[in-house]
Amino acid sequence: MARLGFLTIYWRDMLRFVRFKTVLVSSLVQPALWLAFFGIAMAANFDRLAGSVPTIPGVPVVSYLTYMAAGVIAMTTLFTSLFGGIVLLFDKNWGLMREIMASPLPRNDVIFGIALSGMTKSFIQAGIIMVFGIFIGAEFFLGYSAGQTFISLLGILLFLGIFSLGFLFLSAAISISLESPEGLQGIITLLTMPIFFASNALYPVNAFPPLLQIISGINPLTHLVNGIRFFAIGDDFQSIGIHYTATTGEIALSLCVLAIFAAIMFALAYWRFQKAVVT
Amino acid sequence: MEERTIIEVDGLVHRYGDFLAVDHISFGVREGEIFSFLGPNGAGKSTAINVLTTLLPIQEGRVVVAGHDVSKNPAKVRESIGIVFQEVTLDRDMTCREILEFHGRLYSMQREERRRRIDELLELVALDHKRDTLTRHLSGGMKRRLEIARGLMTRPRVLFLDEPTIGLDPQTRLKMWDYIKAVNEEGTTIFLTTHYMDEADRLSDRVSIIDHGKIITTGRSYELKNMLGEDLVYLETSDNSATRALLEQLESVTRISEKGHGLVAVVNSDGTRLLPHIMETLGQNGITLETVNLKKPSMDDVFVHFTGKELRDEGAERPVTTAARAGRR
Ligand SMILES: Nc1ncnc2c1ncn2[C@@H]1O[C@H](COP(=O)(O)OP(=O)(O)OP(=O)(O)O)[C@@H](O)[C@H]1O
Ligand SMILES: [Mg+2]
Repeated sequence: MARLGFLTIYWRDMLRFVRFKTVLVSSLVQPALWLAFFGIAMAANFDRLAGSVPTIPGVPVVSYLTYMAAGVIAMTTLFTSLFGGIVLLFDKNWGLMREIMASPLPRNDVIFGIALSGMTKSFIQAGIIMVFGIFIGAEFFLGYSAGQTFISLLGILLFLGIFSLGFLFLSAAISISLESPEGLQGIITLLTMPIFFASNALYPVNAFPPLLQIISGINPLTHLVNGIRFFAIGDDFQSIGIHYTATTGEIALSLCVLAIFAAIMFALAYWRFQKAVVT
Repeated sequence: MEERTIIEVDGLVHRYGDFLAVDHISFGVREGEIFSFLGPNGAGKSTAINVLTTLLPIQEGRVVVAGHDVSKNPAKVRESIGIVFQEVTLDRDMTCREILEFHGRLYSMQREERRRRIDELLELVALDHKRDTLTRHLSGGMKRRLEIARGLMTRPRVLFLDEPTIGLDPQTRLKMWDYIKAVNEEGTTIFLTTHYMDEADRLSDRVSIIDHGKIITTGRSYELKNMLGEDLVYLETSDNSATRALLEQLESVTRISEKGHGLVAVVNSDGTRLLPHIMETLGQNGITLETVNLKKPSMDDVFVHFTGKELRDEGAERPVTTAARAGRR
């Protein structure tokens, strides 16, 4: 039999995911609520402001809701992924980590198993936000044929997948190195702030000061959002008075940044897991 | 007949920083036996077990388990052993069946075999009626039994049990011993740690007494007890010091120590025959005998003898009693 040990970890994590109905439902409803309240409220503001900005003729205009829906998907994926490794920390303190470490399962399989289940959760959440977003008026896949929509969905999943892997590896690396869930909570808060605000998730970065622009340029979240907008909205549109264009090359570059980020994070997790001693 | 050794430990040392938790221990466990580490809290039992089971990297010395060196081939060692940890290591949100299922998958057991084994083991530990119950709803004894079942999933050659009956009521402990014996009779070698005298005594073929990271002595429990002599005579008299002087003249009395209000004499001949003689001698010397008791040495006596202190069930380190000290003159 092929060695698919990571599926054991995956199976168990998904088992827990579907077991807790309240956690499950809230993790699915929460991003939708975000989109609903924040999105609709902000969209009203931004669209009113943008109304005073002259539109560029010949370029499709996209509502702010559509613009930020991509950002909410990305943001939700960021949070879910960063918290994805927390089960390792609980296992270490009160659960099965000792059993896993004493078993013949290679440690990489723990990393991959957790990453895969985290990725699955992100996909489910992203799917829900997308459907809900379209339902409340986000103009995703506007004018796409069925085939184009399908390809675009695959593209979005590719971006989401690689992005979430990177942050799941990071989360696993932090979790296996820490002693308490509170510590992880703190580190995650510390990380999410700059990642979230120095990105193009909710607003354009064009007006950022140069330093913030540089941070935004290497920020994986920015590249994920680029990817999602490219596939869901298009390569040439304007929103809140700013003209967005993207070439295939630029999108490929974004994908590369995400892949490099994921590779570095995997190396980090690998190293932390090799060093980990759980007794 | 030469028995095969399944665990070989030679010069094992383990430090936490500067603190020496395991101090040059060497011992061997024979295939098919139940072997115990008996020692108080902090003796280094769990540390030793964690090195033997590859959870802690080996620092110094050599350990071979089931034919594999833990430093060279930890993966092979892991495949050959089962472990029940000292602390509960269960996911509260998984059912008994899922706990076992997860374990079977971890060790790449085939689906059919997993299912068969889960049925067998749940029955063995009398948890088949709890198959689909979350482990958070199990009693302490049930959790322990589930963990033992898990340790046995893969039919390991050696099962490590770190304080298997800690915190269980006496009745459940007795049952647990039966399970452990039944498992052993099926051919699994068992290595267990305990700070319960009776557990070491009744359950194991051989015992190592361990204290402050060192093995103080190893042997079959009757051998250990025999080292103390054949019988223990306890006397309370009107004049203990005079009694002591008289006893010291007797050929078969090997040691005398004080205990409570009286004296304990270790004798290497049949105590039932010696006792009338002692009583007669005391009478002739005008000493009144208030209490007399004759007993075989227990594991407690063995422990006191070798470590110079008593071991209570709680394992608290109590002040050194005079008994063993006085005896070693
Ligand atoms: N991770 C650790 N860091 C530092 N010291 C430790 C660590 N683990 C154990 N020790 C120390 O090593 C000694 C041996 O501990 P160990 O857990 O092996 O004892 P034990 O015999 O299993 O005791 P118990 O019966 O209480 O389980 C103790 O003094 C303990 O304080
Ligand atoms: Mg211990």
